[in-house]
Amino acid sequence: MTLKEKTKILDKELMNKALERMAHEIIEKIKSVDEMAIVGIKNRGAYIGERLANKIEKIAGSRPQVGALDITLYRDDLTQAFEQPVVHATEIDFDISGKKIILVDDVLYTGRTIRCALDALIDFGRPSHIQLAVLVDRGHRELPIKADYVGKNVPTSAKETVEVRLMEVDGKDEAVISEKIEEQ
Amino acid sequence: MKTSAEKKIIWTKKDLLGLEYLSREEIEFILYTAEGFKEVTTRQIKKVPALRGKTVVNLFYEPSTRTRTSFELAAKRLSADVINIGIESSSVRKGETLIDTGKNIEALKIDIIVVRHSASGAPNILARSVGSSVVNAGDGWHEHPTQALLDMFTLKSKLGRLEGLNVSIIGDIAHSRVARSNIWGLTKLGANVTVCAPPMLIPDGVEKMGVKVTSDIDIALKDADAINVLRMQFERDGALAFPSKLEYFKQYGVTSERLKDCKKNIVVMHPGPINRGIEMSSEVADGANSVILEQVTNGIAVRMAVLYLVSGARRDVS
Repeated sequence: MTLKEKTKILDKELMNKALERMAHEIIEKIKSVDEMAIVGIKNRGAYIGERLANKIEKIAGSRPQVGALDITLYRDDLTQAFEQPVVHATEIDFDISGKKIILVDDVLYTGRTIRCALDALIDFGRPSHIQLAVLVDRGHRELPIKADYVGKNVPTSAKETVEVRLMEVDGKDEAVISEKIEEQ
Repeated sequence: MKTSAEKKIIWTKKDLLGLEYLSREEIEFILYTAEGFKEVTTRQIKKVPALRGKTVVNLFYEPSTRTRTSFELAAKRLSADVINIGIESSSVRKGETLIDTGKNIEALKIDIIVVRHSASGAPNILARSVGSSVVNAGDGWHEHPTQALLDMFTLKSKLGRLEGLNVSIIGDIAHSRVARSNIWGLTKLGANVTVCAPPMLIPDGVEKMGVKVTSDIDIALKDADAINVLRMQFERDGALAFPSKLEYFKQYGVTSERLKDCKKNIVVMHPGPINRGIEMSSEVADGANSVILEQVTNGIAVRMAVLYLVSGARRDVS
């Protein structure tokens, strides 16, 4: 199976604007930076979380605490995945209890990753709220999960994939829709 | 922050039988995975659901408290179910062979068998006879791979690397599976290994494994970044080779006096249980250079990583 790129849905500038808007929305909703903490889902969600924290700091004058969550050990498809997922360390060096946690990921699709992340997060303490921020929501939910902050809503088909690329990992900022092509 | 891109390897081995059989990349991958599990062991809730629904059996033909407890905790923290079978309660006493025991365990739909045996190579035989994963928890004088992995993990987290480090293994090399596994692992990862023991306790041909050999502890300590001091088993094999405990301590015991001339941050390891006043003084065992208790803590993370990896590989093997 190969992937053929079809549409670029976010470029560097649009991605930056979307994150800027999300940061504003987060502050508008939560108000106090001290009450909130940002937890990004590894790998790319962690970098997006860092960026959101930077933007919130610029707007509100103080920086929320930031952590990074590895959800590998909570996945519900460990026994089905063809390739065993690599385990990374979770980096949350503050107490999440009583905090309003903004969970951050790059793409929201079936909702299963978020389900794992909720399980993982709750093993660290009891946040007062958990909200969800995603850069791209591509639909096709398999679980009752909904994002509170969305960078871009994109209707997709199940044959397509959405890839978010970030400067920190991939050397450029963009989001693209690709189509899976079955090889003969 | 680490990225997944820098560690892309697919684990394919159903068993962990020894470090002799692993590549450098595979050993590094276990150590990397263990870092993720180390973080889990520092949480308030030290349990993750990764092996939920899997069953691990600890099949111990030799008495062991620390290794068995460590494996049991590792499995439980991965949410696996654990059964302990010790020799005193098993049907070995009724004459059952190792292979038959293995096949019976397999018939109980056990996913992973952790085995300790006094015969070198017993885990290899077991692994060939059953579809379940087999993890070697120490076999005869052959290997004790998870001990060496936790030693390397501890060393790496203390000194930041393994490549180029001078590591001396001191004690009964001839009868030590810990020494053999450490030699395999450390040399594969680019450390310079020296083994030091009374001449009677140095196995023939050990230098072929790529290590320096000496019977002079001062040579072993000079330039060492780390030492791994082995337990002298006077109750077993050591007595044949060395006349008295006091004599051994005088010639080979690691004391603060001897450490004075060493590198200031030399890391002192011991697989336990320690014979205080035989292979090292209490002052050293409890001193600032000692990481002996960190080794115990790290052992759980390393064993979690091993159980996780072998259980994941199984489905591709059949």
